[in-house]
Amino acid sequence: MHQKLTQFILKHPVRVIVATLLLVALAVPGAQHLVFKSDYRVFFGQDNPQLNAYEAIQRIYSKSDNVAFVIAPKDGRVFTARRLEAIRKLTEDSWQIPYSTRVDSITNYQYSYADGDELIVEDLALEPRAMDAAALERVREIAVNEPLLRNKLISPRAHVTVVNTTVQLPGIYPVQEVPEVAAKVHELRDQFVALNPDLTVHLSGLVMMNNSFAEASLNDSATLVPVMFLIVILTIGLLLRTITGTLSTVLVILFSIAVTMGIAGWTGFYLTGPSASAPTMILTLAVADCIHILTTLFHEMRQGVEKRQAILDSLRINYQPIFLTSITTAIGFLSMNFSDSPPFRDLGNLVALGVMLAFVFSVTLFPALLALLPLKVKPHRARGDRMLHFADFVVRGRRWLLPATSLVMLSVMLFLPQNQLNDDFVKYFDTSVPFRQATDFMQENISGMTTMEISIDSGESGGINNPAFLRKLEQLSSWLRAQPETDHVNTLSDTLKRLNRNMHGDDPTWYRLPDSRQLAAQYLLLYEMSLPYGLDLNNQLNVDKSSTRLVATFENLTSNGQIELEQRIRHWLELNLPEYRVDIASPSLMFAHIGQRNIQSMLLGVTVALVLISLLLGIALRSVRFGLISLLPNLTPAAVGFGAWYFIDGQVGLALSVVAGMTLGIVVDDTVHFLSKYLRARRERNANPHEAVRYAFSSVGRALWITTLVLVCGFMVLAQSTFKLNADMGLLTALTILIALAIDFLFLPPLLMKLDTHPLTTKGAIEHEEAKNAA
Amino acid sequence: MPLRMIPGIFLALALLAVQPLLHAETAEQKGRAIAAESIARDSGWGDMEADMQMILRNQQGEESLREIRMQSLEQANDGDKSLTVFDKPLDVNGTAFLSFSHALGADDQWLYLPALKRVKRISSRNKSGPFMGSEFAYEDLSSFEIEKYNYKYLRDEQISGVDCFVVEQYPVDKNSGYTRRVVWNDKAEYRVQRIEFYDRKNSLLKTLDYSGYRQYLGKYWRPDRMDVVNHQTGKSTELRWTNYRFGNGLSDADFNKNSLKRAR
Repeated sequence: MHQKLTQFILKHPVRVIVATLLLVALAVPGAQHLVFKSDYRVFFGQDNPQLNAYEAIQRIYSKSDNVAFVIAPKDGRVFTARRLEAIRKLTEDSWQIPYSTRVDSITNYQYSYADGDELIVEDLALEPRAMDAAALERVREIAVNEPLLRNKLISPRAHVTVVNTTVQLPGIYPVQEVPEVAAKVHELRDQFVALNPDLTVHLSGLVMMNNSFAEASLNDSATLVPVMFLIVILTIGLLLRTITGTLSTVLVILFSIAVTMGIAGWTGFYLTGPSASAPTMILTLAVADCIHILTTLFHEMRQGVEKRQAILDSLRINYQPIFLTSITTAIGFLSMNFSDSPPFRDLGNLVALGVMLAFVFSVTLFPALLALLPLKVKPHRARGDRMLHFADFVVRGRRWLLPATSLVMLSVMLFLPQNQLNDDFVKYFDTSVPFRQATDFMQENISGMTTMEISIDSGESGGINNPAFLRKLEQLSSWLRAQPETDHVNTLSDTLKRLNRNMHGDDPTWYRLPDSRQLAAQYLLLYEMSLPYGLDLNNQLNVDKSSTRLVATFENLTSNGQIELEQRIRHWLELNLPEYRVDIASPSLMFAHIGQRNIQSMLLGVTVALVLISLLLGIALRSVRFGLISLLPNLTPAAVGFGAWYFIDGQVGLALSVVAGMTLGIVVDDTVHFLSKYLRARRERNANPHEAVRYAFSSVGRALWITTLVLVCGFMVLAQSTFKLNADMGLLTALTILIALAIDFLFLPPLLMKLDTHPLTTKGAIEHEEAKNAA
Repeated sequence: MPLRMIPGIFLALALLAVQPLLHAETAEQKGRAIAAESIARDSGWGDMEADMQMILRNQQGEESLREIRMQSLEQANDGDKSLTVFDKPLDVNGTAFLSFSHALGADDQWLYLPALKRVKRISSRNKSGPFMGSEFAYEDLSSFEIEKYNYKYLRDEQISGVDCFVVEQYPVDKNSGYTRRVVWNDKAEYRVQRIEFYDRKNSLLKTLDYSGYRQYLGKYWRPDRMDVVNHQTGKSTELRWTNYRFGNGLSDADFNKNSLKRAR
């Protein structure tokens, strides 16, 4: 069937090329609909329990996406009239940030104090320029000792301060909203730095993180994709020494990517950090088909076969294996649909589509181009020899290679469980990314970015004023502050204690909770009437005043650290606050849990993919036995890769949880090519296992190491991404593919020679005997 | 062309030339005139008492009820005096709030806290925060004085079949939470039908709709309902007025610190 197709293509190459161009022209305009969604929430499926808990809290109180200006005077002194004025101005200007609903800083902090029977509520630094040394010192003293500010907006040493803007992204045009906010923030920062060259400013906060997702991906596509193309051109050009072949391969790759992204645009995909790496991956994977076709083609032509016939032969020989390897690769990537995180599902689907398109173009457009363009073969050099030498080495050393490779594999695999589960979203970016630098700086000098929002429901209207409830809230706050990880706790109990003191002439002995619920309610009423726009208590209280939100900020923790801390908090709550309903949620917690959830869901995905791929292999190899044998070289690379990962990084998370499924489909390819050639030798040429191994090495060994080289290079390029999620995925995939080749070359052949002792077919065996006798 | 028509043509041309100028000036003047007319039509009521219910809602669908009684005393050349007594939630029952509002500058405010049995004077420039946690700011509920804003007439427009003037108002007080308000006054009675509030970055923050207007003393219109929706947070507040009573014989003596303690 496919031979007729190839003959048709060779007869009408121009028609095929025109048809392909037509398809490309139809699909590509779709790519303009592809937009980048820069919102960390895209990482979570709609049924993710941590996301739902967090969104429920946000609906009750208010959203807490933020932008943080982290301001550090070079001489370490925040409290001078000039600097406070600069901060006051920045605070005022921050109200101009799109979608801002609240701006908190040390200057607009609503300081309340008593003057006789008067309660005065005003900005802590209303007119900094008019402040003398004594006033500045007084304000510094108040700021660093105020629990609401200390370690959140001002460092205890008063050398770093934060202006924090809360933004309420409407989420109607998520593609524009974040860049819009970021643009204004950058403008404000530039203005601020221009006017205050003696202050350094870092930008952190969730919105800046969202923005960094988009920026990191844009950088990647601007730098990594061209590098990747260069590598492909160099590898094919240098190793196969063909201009036509290289050009045709590049066109096949280009069209595969273009049509995939076009279809993605037409069908309503959006881009995210992980799915934006689809082009790089398709690029890498699409090369293999062409390399296999070219290698056979040149082999034939060197033996004197005419070009057209050589193309026909090459496709005849390679059609089934490259179809099979494309399908298995696609299945491996489709296993990502089991992922809990939509961007990885999208990545899997896009790459699967791209790989299948690459197959289609490789068997249609590719031969058409080769038929049209001039193709010359350089004189044959004894290249196959090297592969044969290697085959001899493997055959000779089979007795020690099998135990030696098994031992190495097993000992590396032992370290697999030692990897730590971690999804610290700050570390999704490498240290060259400004957001990462800002957040690290903030962590070192003032507070981490790990937060937990704890919503406590008293169960009765106005119940937050109940002294019993307030006492529990105060206990929880003190207990949290005593935890070693804690930087800051924002709690209503502090506000009420301060108001109680204010109402008693600022007598410090009255810095305690009001002892009746009426009193607490009336204090809050009074206080709320005195607060300005945007600085109200609505972010801490629900409308019915039946529940309150406490926000705890911690140093940056690993996922395990956070989950452990969360459990510690829940345990404490069970012991001490069993009477109240408590919800704990936050973006940090969402990320802390997603790694684990994803690994569980991906285990199922990998199993399904493995079953499907093994079935396919069994059918393709027409042997249950070899289907089963193939499981070993297919499964071990990922296991060994993860074992080796312990020595490289030792932390696994969201991105790496998909690598096993993804690489499964790729590493299968080597096994398929090797085993199919081995079996061809055994079945058609009646070779014994030793000869069959030699045959397999000489016919596909070269193609295998070249494709592996391209794949490893491709994923190593991805490993250079500043977006660590993609970088780690690239590095571990490259490592796994390399390990797979080693296993296919050093472990599989000795294994075959050990297990495949019985004659394959009686007929073959007899013929073999006869041939021997004849000789 | 007859000679005697020439001066007429010149006059017409001159008018045409001046007219855009006149028009540009009148946008501010017309806006101010509309505001002044609405104040004029609502002056002379003397004193008023009314009961108010507030229903607060958030995006999660939670609701909360507040109940308040209000007394107001009209002032000739300044903002009105008002006394507010809180009935619900029960925790603040008996709390009373006295305010002398001023067209410009901070209002004088006192609060009586029954749990503390004391009157506290509140000193704050802030009128822009939420009133009792609702979507109303204190500045939305205080008396309307001409000096509080600068004005600009925008256009005529119908809302719900009522012909209105649309006037933009810019707060004079720099502590206001708004850059501007867009106000719809109906042409028939100059009653406020709708106000849109724009926050400090000039984005639409909330919309307040007035409904169920009734006339009292054959002259003064008061709404039964005011609904405000915050477009940024999705929270909303419904305000229901009942029991409007005029001519209660209130005087300055009913609006001082002593009356505050007795209020309940």
